[in-house]
Amino acid sequence: MMEIPNYLRRGYITPDELFSIIPRPSEERLRKRPVAIPECPQQIPCTPCKEICPVNAVMMDHPNDIPKVDYEKCIGCSLCVQVCPGLAFFMIHYVGDKARITMPYELLPLPEKGEEVILLNRVGEEVGKGKVLAIVPREKSKGDTPIITVEVPIELAWEVRAIKVVRK
Amino acid sequence: MRITDHPILDFKKKRTRKVTIYYNGKPIEAYEGETIAAALHAAGVRTLNYSRIKKRARGLFCAIGKCSSCLMTVNGIPNVRTCITLVEDGMKIEENKPVLPPANSNGSKAKTVKGDIIVIGGGPAGLMAAISAHDAGAKVVLIDENPILGGQLVKQTHKFFGKREQFAGIRGIKIAQILEEEIRKRNIETFLETSAVGIFQEGNEKIVVGVRKEKELIEFRGKAIIVATGAMERAIPFENNDLPGIYGAGAIQTLMNTYGIKPGEKALIVGAGNVGLILAYQLLQAGVKVEAIVEAMPKIGGYFVHAAKVRRLGVPILTRHTILRAEGNGKVERAVIVEIDENWNPIPGTEKVLDVDLIAIAVGLRPSIELLQQAGCQIRYIRELGGHVAVRDEWMETTVRGIFVAGDTAGIEEATTAMLEGRIAGVAAALRLGIADESWVREITKTQKELEEFRSGPFGKHIVEGIKKLLEGS
Repeated sequence: MMEIPNYLRRGYITPDELFSIIPRPSEERLRKRPVAIPECPQQIPCTPCKEICPVNAVMMDHPNDIPKVDYEKCIGCSLCVQVCPGLAFFMIHYVGDKARITMPYELLPLPEKGEEVILLNRVGEEVGKGKVLAIVPREKSKGDTPIITVEVPIELAWEVRAIKVVRK
Repeated sequence: MRITDHPILDFKKKRTRKVTIYYNGKPIEAYEGETIAAALHAAGVRTLNYSRIKKRARGLFCAIGKCSSCLMTVNGIPNVRTCITLVEDGMKIEENKPVLPPANSNGSKAKTVKGDIIVIGGGPAGLMAAISAHDAGAKVVLIDENPILGGQLVKQTHKFFGKREQFAGIRGIKIAQILEEEIRKRNIETFLETSAVGIFQEGNEKIVVGVRKEKELIEFRGKAIIVATGAMERAIPFENNDLPGIYGAGAIQTLMNTYGIKPGEKALIVGAGNVGLILAYQLLQAGVKVEAIVEAMPKIGGYFVHAAKVRRLGVPILTRHTILRAEGNGKVERAVIVEIDENWNPIPGTEKVLDVDLIAIAVGLRPSIELLQQAGCQIRYIRELGGHVAVRDEWMETTVRGIFVAGDTAGIEEATTAMLEGRIAGVAAALRLGIADESWVREITKTQKELEEFRSGPFGKHIVEGIKKLLEGS
């Protein structure tokens, strides 16, 4: 019997596990412009990310293939983040000593631009605070899912994958 | 409690007209379009029925008309499934008194409805079967026992996987609307709140006996029947597993996503397949705290991406764990979970008490094959397909000529594959009746290829094996 990967035992993937499956984009590329990262390590029959990509940067020969992104081709448009049915696409961009993470957000309340939010890692632990830089609301999202871009300390770029909005 | 704000759903639009129903004589406010069980839940009533001998409280379990836990006496009619019966102003609801109501004469003269093909079930499989059979030239009659079309799609707020031409990236609720619109455009005769209770053969005709709104007997006559009756939630044994507040996962989705009723405050989910994982996310969206998901297998059974989605919002997923017992006085107040060893035995000392008022059982489904069985179709047990299923061929035709199957009834799978099977069954039935011309065979071949592609990954492997066994039996 095949060894069960750890991410299937506990429901989250570590950056090390992820980068053993897909390549890690170079620091240089991360600084150039936002780049799409699929956190989708299983062979499931699903292709919207590939189908919507305007520059054919999502590589997938068969619908059951794991999506991998050609980071050089990717223009950082975020359409894959908007359409992914598994909410498994993220965009990362290094700017100065910060990283900008673009992620889907399907909860209430939707944060506002400029709002400070709590940053959550892949297991939902609070790991810091970040600022919301941009929002694509549901009506404008190509996949009926709002997406937000949040600015985080650069060392948290590969940790933060969700946020919590706290309103008094 | 009714949900007002939701990130995906808009309930305000649905709640337009208030009505009053009477529960044991006490007035309860409800909204038109709600089922009796949903309205009672919103009013805090969780006990709907009692077991006959020991009078143990029974709450909602399946919420789609498939189990008997919500039976009540409504306007003097006993054994009404309150989970699929809509409220009406002035309705009188009482504890179930299973005695025959006074006879009326309606039964003796059943209305007759004729078509070429009778489709039983208005979920993804049945809707697609009806649309395809109609397009292939057949006169189709569609019946469903629920008050709304769409089957389980109407509560699926998540976006579907697959190819975009197969509705990938679209939420299930939206797919239900699209398919319903297609049915309406074609003027396909549709009977809602109509239960199929038997299939009979008379000469060249097949008869589906239907009961509409628990009152009216209708005979549906056709030359072929497509059975797309879906599936029923499985239960598992544990102490107090009948307490109100323990639901099949789908029932919680129905309450929460179809009727906008908050099912509880704190939940435990049993089962980390796709249904359990998706449910956890939907509970969070409805403002319910999910204390944990327990899974007896050593790994998550559903898609990893669904697990990741709830993990990052702080929901623990405990593999190799199970529920030991539920506790509470007349309703769920706590759950005791435990770690299990490789032989599935609880490991002493690992028990944990969770403070929950809601337990979701998401341990899988079994096909609803009762009608097929009654109609004389050959049945086989195929584990990979979820249990007992009707033997059928590549065109979805059972061993009784003219009776076809599609969707979960044919084997537990996905809404996407249900729709593809529905298309095959619909076209195949029209071809078998000599209504569709040969060019439609190509449509079947094309759809079979799509199915093959969808099932070609690791998640489709067991289905392919199951179907192989089934075809060997035909």
